[in-house]
Amino acid sequence: MQASAIRNGIALPRWSGWAIALFCFVLLWKFGAEQLPWAFEYPRKAMIPAARWIGDFTKWLLNEATFGLFTFQEFTRFIAAVIDFPYRIALSLLSTGFLQGEGSAAVQITPPLSWIAVIVTFTLLGLHAGGMRLAALVAACLGFVALFGQWQSAMVTLASILVAVPLGVAGGAALGVLAWRSPAFERAIRPVLDLMQTIPVFAYLVPILFLFGFGPTAAVVATLIYAMPPMTRVTQLALSRVPGELTDLGRMVGCSRRQMLWRVMVPASMPSLMVGVNQVIMLSLNMVIIASMIGAGGLGFDVLAALRRLDFGAGLEAGLAIVALAVALDRLSQAFAARRTGAAPTAGNPVQRHPYLAGALATIVIAGLAGLAVPAVQTYPEALELSTGTFWSEVVAWINVNFFDAIEAVKNAVLLNLLIPFKRFLLDLPWLGVAGLLAFAGWRLGGWQLAVLAGVLAFLIAATGQWEKAMITVYLCGISVLFAMLIGVPVGILAAERERLWTVVRVVIDTLQTLPSFVYLMPAVMLFRVGDFTAMVAVVAYAVAPAIRYTVLGLQHVDPKLIEAGRAMGCTPNQILLRIKLKLALPEIMLGLNQTVMFALSMLVITALVGTRDLGQEVYIALTKADPGRGLVAGLAVAFIAIITDRLNQAGARAARARLGLGDAQA
Amino acid sequence: MSKTTTSMFLGGLAVSAFALGAGMAVAQESSDPIKLTLHDWTGQLITTELMGEVLKQAGYNIEYVQADYLAQFAGLETGDLHVAMEMWETTGRDAMDAATATGKVENIGPTGMKAKEEWWYPTYMKEKCPGLPNWEALKDAACAEAFSTAETAPKGRYLGGPVTWGGFDDERVEALDLPFEVIHAGTDAALFAELESAYQRQAPILLWIYAPHWAPAKYEGEWVEFPEYTAECYNDPAWGSNPDMAYDCGKPFGEIWKVGWAGMKDKWPGAYEAVKAFTIDNDEMGAMITDVDLNGKTVSEVVAGWMTANEGRWKGWIGQ
Repeated sequence: MQASAIRNGIALPRWSGWAIALFCFVLLWKFGAEQLPWAFEYPRKAMIPAARWIGDFTKWLLNEATFGLFTFQEFTRFIAAVIDFPYRIALSLLSTGFLQGEGSAAVQITPPLSWIAVIVTFTLLGLHAGGMRLAALVAACLGFVALFGQWQSAMVTLASILVAVPLGVAGGAALGVLAWRSPAFERAIRPVLDLMQTIPVFAYLVPILFLFGFGPTAAVVATLIYAMPPMTRVTQLALSRVPGELTDLGRMVGCSRRQMLWRVMVPASMPSLMVGVNQVIMLSLNMVIIASMIGAGGLGFDVLAALRRLDFGAGLEAGLAIVALAVALDRLSQAFAARRTGAAPTAGNPVQRHPYLAGALATIVIAGLAGLAVPAVQTYPEALELSTGTFWSEVVAWINVNFFDAIEAVKNAVLLNLLIPFKRFLLDLPWLGVAGLLAFAGWRLGGWQLAVLAGVLAFLIAATGQWEKAMITVYLCGISVLFAMLIGVPVGILAAERERLWTVVRVVIDTLQTLPSFVYLMPAVMLFRVGDFTAMVAVVAYAVAPAIRYTVLGLQHVDPKLIEAGRAMGCTPNQILLRIKLKLALPEIMLGLNQTVMFALSMLVITALVGTRDLGQEVYIALTKADPGRGLVAGLAVAFIAIITDRLNQAGARAARARLGLGDAQA
Repeated sequence: MSKTTTSMFLGGLAVSAFALGAGMAVAQESSDPIKLTLHDWTGQLITTELMGEVLKQAGYNIEYVQADYLAQFAGLETGDLHVAMEMWETTGRDAMDAATATGKVENIGPTGMKAKEEWWYPTYMKEKCPGLPNWEALKDAACAEAFSTAETAPKGRYLGGPVTWGGFDDERVEALDLPFEVIHAGTDAALFAELESAYQRQAPILLWIYAPHWAPAKYEGEWVEFPEYTAECYNDPAWGSNPDMAYDCGKPFGEIWKVGWAGMKDKWPGAYEAVKAFTIDNDEMGAMITDVDLNGKTVSEVVAGWMTANEGRWKGWIGQ
């Protein structure tokens, strides 16, 4: 084998580097254990005490950091107060009513909007933006929430979402525009975005709580950190993909920079931008569980409490209420973006000019007054609430009693033949060899800068004592991403051309992405026991969404003229798909892969809750020991894994494109 | 119609104003709301609402805030939150020590409840392992195998608590030389999901259960009887059946503490005394938890029931 590698090397110089690198790697792996034990287990004495440094830094930041006139903590508390103001208004309107005083001594001055008023207002918004069908959908979503007795909690959740989403969209888009304008800024912000999206929330939860105060505001801040990055990425990508002819046209008619952006670029990239908005909404709703742990309450709390008493039905109902909110908000925002803004009617009185606004206001006032007399108008009557009761628990029990053995057999087969061997294999590898191989890959794919980046980050993971846990993380996420892509890309290809199927698939992936994983995680524990398999199921279920979404986005984006040209030249449908569509959609599919990895890594917090022994667990332990240093070190290791994968993935895609002669024409 | 609604509205205001007047009984103390934290298990919701209602009776302004069991310390230190009614010695000790060390959080004393934690099995497992509940039965290879799964066979599988709970089960298995493998559940919910699953199928399971909790009331089973815990057992290897290792005994009973923001005794001295005086015992709590989780009553109903039945006790806490 050695000889053939060398012979191949002479014949094909492009492979020889890889062959030699792999050979060295295997040599070190198989025979290095005796001579170089430190290459396998990083020596304790040379550990970088990063946890202590970060711990000390956070302490300093929380207690001593100052801008002269005011301390850092006062500054963040000020930001919290700024966010708190719109939140209080939203909460008062939707849930508590406007109050005088606080706590149990508070006096209600006006009641909150009645449930009827909220549903009618949102329905009218739907009618205004997207016609009857959208109106019906929105009404059905909110009706579902009321019918299943989730109204109170849903309004608390809605209030924080209504604050977090606009902030996230505006902030994310602003950063995206800056990144598009200035490549230097783009380079600077990219690692920050990766950190924001991949460091598990639990790792920085405690510092956030100190800085922003315990409560819904801190939850909004944590939500923003997590939900904003996709918006920035999508904005930047969308703007850079606006066809050159359009910008040329803009320049010819003499657009200023501002006009170019708002009149040409933004409208032209609207469909892509809306994917970003969709992601912000979805990710914000994804955070409601964690937000509920730090005082935001709402549906997330109901889900947690229900599952702690193993009441699957109640958990599912609260979880589906979150999905209903997500679907309603998302479809509304999509419709508003797609709506052609015709000339506003100027004739007639204000009511005729704004029939929807007038209708909503009238409903609010009438329902508000009627609610004072008839309580059922103000709050949804308990007698009309539905509940699935113990139905879902019984379903799970039935599956459990009748099919557990079959499920167990399948699970054991996958576990013993795939998961455990792969895990052992990864844990066996010397960190030095892996770091070297990653650096080599970086060098071949993207030059020495990438080599240094990949090598140093891998070294840092080992040097902070996270290697073993990092390998378990790689194993769990790697397998999950593989499954997610294997499922997601074919589904995306199928759905991209079938409008009906896509509508259904969209509902499914929106559900998967917003239904708190806890809801299906606990039944999964009943059927698969705690451990890696259950974790994998949860990660795949969550990470398949971007794999599908971005594949569809890429395929639908392909210029129809090129497909037409292909057809004219006599390509078969298969050729059109493989040679034209998939190739042209590659940038989006690669972005999809990137996001699938990010999503998988962001599920680590959850997988720790079913007993995996990865970095997510380390973060979780650090939270329980109130040790922000330890948590952030583990969180950073997660982020490093993400960054290495992302950069190598991008460089690989670039290299592949260059080889295929696609070039960076679109970029 | 609008006339009636207006008068009802005013009537509502008048009622509220009256309630506010009643609250003035302790006007010398701050009228800011005292924030009590709610976690996600029933027992704690009951304890907290009980304390909250008692404080309300004393005229204090109360607010309940949903908070994570461990993340809440950040809020207690900064004074954003004020009282946490259940901090288990067994699971929250590290976080509590770290918080009290800052001087901003205070341990307000025991609740009177004791956390019982031990290895637990459903009664039907006694057939396969007749020597139980004596721990020595677990040493029997056949018995261990009865508890095994494909991954652990021939060793038995013991489902421990989340690693964050500590508990020294890995050490216990080694010290007592038990043919068992310790698998850690990630969360409390996962632990009970596994129990529910096994119990439905009458399948083998051996796991960490704690009380007060609804599980011992819902499922029929027993605690394994290990040599009784003493401090020496954990500190001194010579103690117990294994002369070379510590942890050759059962788990300790742990106090359940009340903790609060250190500024509380200056801002609301009376409320601080009331929280300090609060005590309740395991049996009372177990009964209330069962009422809520298994008999379908609401937390508020159960709390109201206890308050009617024990008026003398809680009035004593607030000095009436």
